[in-house]
Amino acid sequence: MSRGLRKKGSYVGGNRTISHDRQHETPLSMEEETGRRGVDDKNRNLHRIRGTREMNDFTRYLAGRVIAGGMNRREFMGRAMAAGVTLSSAGTLFAKSAAAQTPQKGGNLKLGLEGGAATDSIDPAKATSQVMFAAVRTWGDTLVETHPETRAPIPSLAESWAPSPDAKTWTFKIRKGVTFHDGKEMTVDDVVATLKRHSDEKTESGAAGMLKSITGIENKGGDLVVTLDAGNADLPAIFTDYHLVIQPNGGVDNPTAGIGTGPYKVKSFEPGVRMTFEKNENDWRTDRGYVQTVEMITMNDATARVAALASGQVQFINRVDPKTVALLTRAPTVQLLTTSGGGHYVFIMHCDKAPFDNIDVRMALKYAINREEMVERILGGYGKVGNDFPINDTYALFPEGIEQRAYDPDKAAFHYKKSGHSGPILLRTSEVAFPGAVDASVLFQQSAKKAGIEIELKREPGDGYWSNVWNVQPFSASYWGSRATQDQFYSGAYLSTADWNDTRFKNETFDKLLISARGELDEAKRREMYREMAMLVRDEGGTILPMFNDFVNAGTKKLMGYVSDIGNDMSNGYVASRVWFSA
Amino acid sequence: MSNSAEAGGSPARSLRDRFPLAALIIERCLLSLVLLFAVSVLIFAGVEALPGDFATTYLGQSATPQAIANITAELGLDRPVTTRYFDWLGGVLQGDFGTSWASRNSVSEQVGNRLGNSLFLAGFAAIIAVPLAIGLGMLSVHFRDRMPDKIINVISLAAISLPEFFIGYLLILYFAVNFGIATFPATVYQGMGFFERIQTIALPTATLVLVVLAHMMRMTRAAILSVMSSAYMETAELKGLSSWRAIVKHAAPNALAPIINVVALNLAYLVVGVVVVEVVFVYPGMGQYMVDAVTVRDMPVVQACGLIFAAVYILLNMLADILAIIANPRLRHPR
Repeated sequence: MSRGLRKKGSYVGGNRTISHDRQHETPLSMEEETGRRGVDDKNRNLHRIRGTREMNDFTRYLAGRVIAGGMNRREFMGRAMAAGVTLSSAGTLFAKSAAAQTPQKGGNLKLGLEGGAATDSIDPAKATSQVMFAAVRTWGDTLVETHPETRAPIPSLAESWAPSPDAKTWTFKIRKGVTFHDGKEMTVDDVVATLKRHSDEKTESGAAGMLKSITGIENKGGDLVVTLDAGNADLPAIFTDYHLVIQPNGGVDNPTAGIGTGPYKVKSFEPGVRMTFEKNENDWRTDRGYVQTVEMITMNDATARVAALASGQVQFINRVDPKTVALLTRAPTVQLLTTSGGGHYVFIMHCDKAPFDNIDVRMALKYAINREEMVERILGGYGKVGNDFPINDTYALFPEGIEQRAYDPDKAAFHYKKSGHSGPILLRTSEVAFPGAVDASVLFQQSAKKAGIEIELKREPGDGYWSNVWNVQPFSASYWGSRATQDQFYSGAYLSTADWNDTRFKNETFDKLLISARGELDEAKRREMYREMAMLVRDEGGTILPMFNDFVNAGTKKLMGYVSDIGNDMSNGYVASRVWFSA
Repeated sequence: MSNSAEAGGSPARSLRDRFPLAALIIERCLLSLVLLFAVSVLIFAGVEALPGDFATTYLGQSATPQAIANITAELGLDRPVTTRYFDWLGGVLQGDFGTSWASRNSVSEQVGNRLGNSLFLAGFAAIIAVPLAIGLGMLSVHFRDRMPDKIINVISLAAISLPEFFIGYLLILYFAVNFGIATFPATVYQGMGFFERIQTIALPTATLVLVVLAHMMRMTRAAILSVMSSAYMETAELKGLSSWRAIVKHAAPNALAPIINVVALNLAYLVVGVVVVEVVFVYPGMGQYMVDAVTVRDMPVVQACGLIFAAVYILLNMLADILAIIANPRLRHPR
């Protein structure tokens, strides 16, 4: 089993820059594409303005309102002067705030990224590493994108779409007048060929699993028509997957050409070393691609990345170690860009093996874990507590308002006594299960001890952990990356028949709900179904989910426009096309 | 020995007696081929024994049974192990190392780039480290047990005692981050000018020099010191040669053999043993390339890297032996 490589897989997660005032962000409508980057520019500019020493809090607030677009010049001047700011400095301040809204063009962006290897392929079907994920997003476009705040599907190369009432047949209107990097115009046939390459029986694509319910892909009168074997309301969300960038003739002739419709053209590519891009002057969008050139350097050493950022050799790095974040923020030129995500760390129990086949044992253990302590000690505070189901608010249709389970030794002891189990419970753990897994297991052991539950730890070797321990032994530590939709996650790991049902959770009601939610086009009904499913997993499942981990990135202070995109790490991979440099 | 054997073997033996060095080189080359063959079998078996095959490891979390089956069929991974090995061997014997399973690029081409980078860094470090180490070794013999000797020893021992990544981090911290005078990361790429390249690799070179210096320096010092106690050195001193001149002209040449050996060992290390330095400095060398390939079980690449590493070791050791023989007439004409 190949979970060892999961790090390289796609993390889908939420993204929230710390210390941002969400109140200044305006909700975006789907058509308002330009607004997408605007949101975060506003935030970034707020930062800049906050740096101005002469301002008091109120003036800062006013400046923020200007950036948020809520105030005109006169209003600003009047209020600022009422607050005791001199006329000239108020004028400068207004100019500064307003000018900061406009992204500056030009500059050479260098990114130091973890997660590249000499085995990387530029073929999007085989893009698995973090570096290739960001690279594909830079040179290619998918049919659909996700809204950075709600994760709802929004148009990209597809202008609009409509399902049949049973959600089995979907019609996509494809944008016209878009050219590939080689100058050819993109056609519906290119789209059809791309989707076929990722889903036919000869496919080697990483997206094949998501597309297996597709039975037909056609060009019908200039529209893309996709038919499914069963209704799926999530089809547009599936088309946001980064493997599915549209290539000329689907990339069948030359999958590794690196030719797409994105804001940057691939200039050179040395796998595991470096990839360079230059601006696509014929880009069909004007609200992205501000820097002139992009260079992605593979840096798998955490210290090397930090050193490169601190010395100004790169302007953006991913995967900052939570343990050293505090030190990094002391560097005067560096800003932190954290992303709260749907990836999570778990302790998994097999619901069909003793003693975990007893629901009271499972419940006792769920109450016996101290979630807050783990977020603080294992994630350095860069994460959120989990609630024993694998979905959090980075997913669309997240069921809100489910009571948070907390550490409660009394309840744990109560359930443990009720179960009638005695003797130590064996937990297998390893450093590779997730960063800090052994420490987390020890914390778990200690907090359970206070409830009178004895956990015995067995430290397993890292090599072979994913083939011999995870999904094999009844109680072990593990982690999961996130998926594009709740449906995808549950189908992969909680459906009775799922290959990776690593908790042996078999529940008929749950399975039925999952299938009917998939074909349900009414969002309210769907949300309700997802709530029921979450409650089933939370109260009956074998997952102990103490924490969701944040993705911690960092950039130089000159880097502007980083969008808080809850879609995935690195601004959902769009970091290179969204950022710009302040003068 | 029997007469017949003597009669039949005499021309060969005489050839061998006449050109002992050539005979030795040929013998060593043949042995090396056998060794390389054995190495390739070992690597193949080793990668086979690792859990997980290429298709499942490479696709990772997004693997579907269909995609795995397609990749397996396309690469012919469903054939028996021996068939696949001899297929690969057949290609290599014709000079074809195949294509990387992962990136589908020619292995020879990729290895060529990476090997070039590794050799460039190693060569540059060696050009600085070897003369420096031998010079410092002779210097510390000259000043033995006095202050310069002690300083040289303490500094070089300190450098070898620190882990190489730590030395690397220290250099990065001071020279790249704090003073901002050195280039970091040391990522070289195709199309980079020669001088730009040298500037880029300054820090990793410095790290490698510090790491290998002590070993060679100490060996030089010890070897020369052992020669220093012999009678002819006393003669040199008595006939009035300066101590420095006696060391350079008389002691050092006679101490060459062990020095050459340790130099060869360190050169081999510079080429094949510097994965950590490559990672720290983000340098695209062979080590990182091989580690990446092993991670996804990319057999053709692992094999090519393994063979090159083995060849470098064998070659450098052979070279050391040959040079030691040339440097020592007694070995050149064995009785």
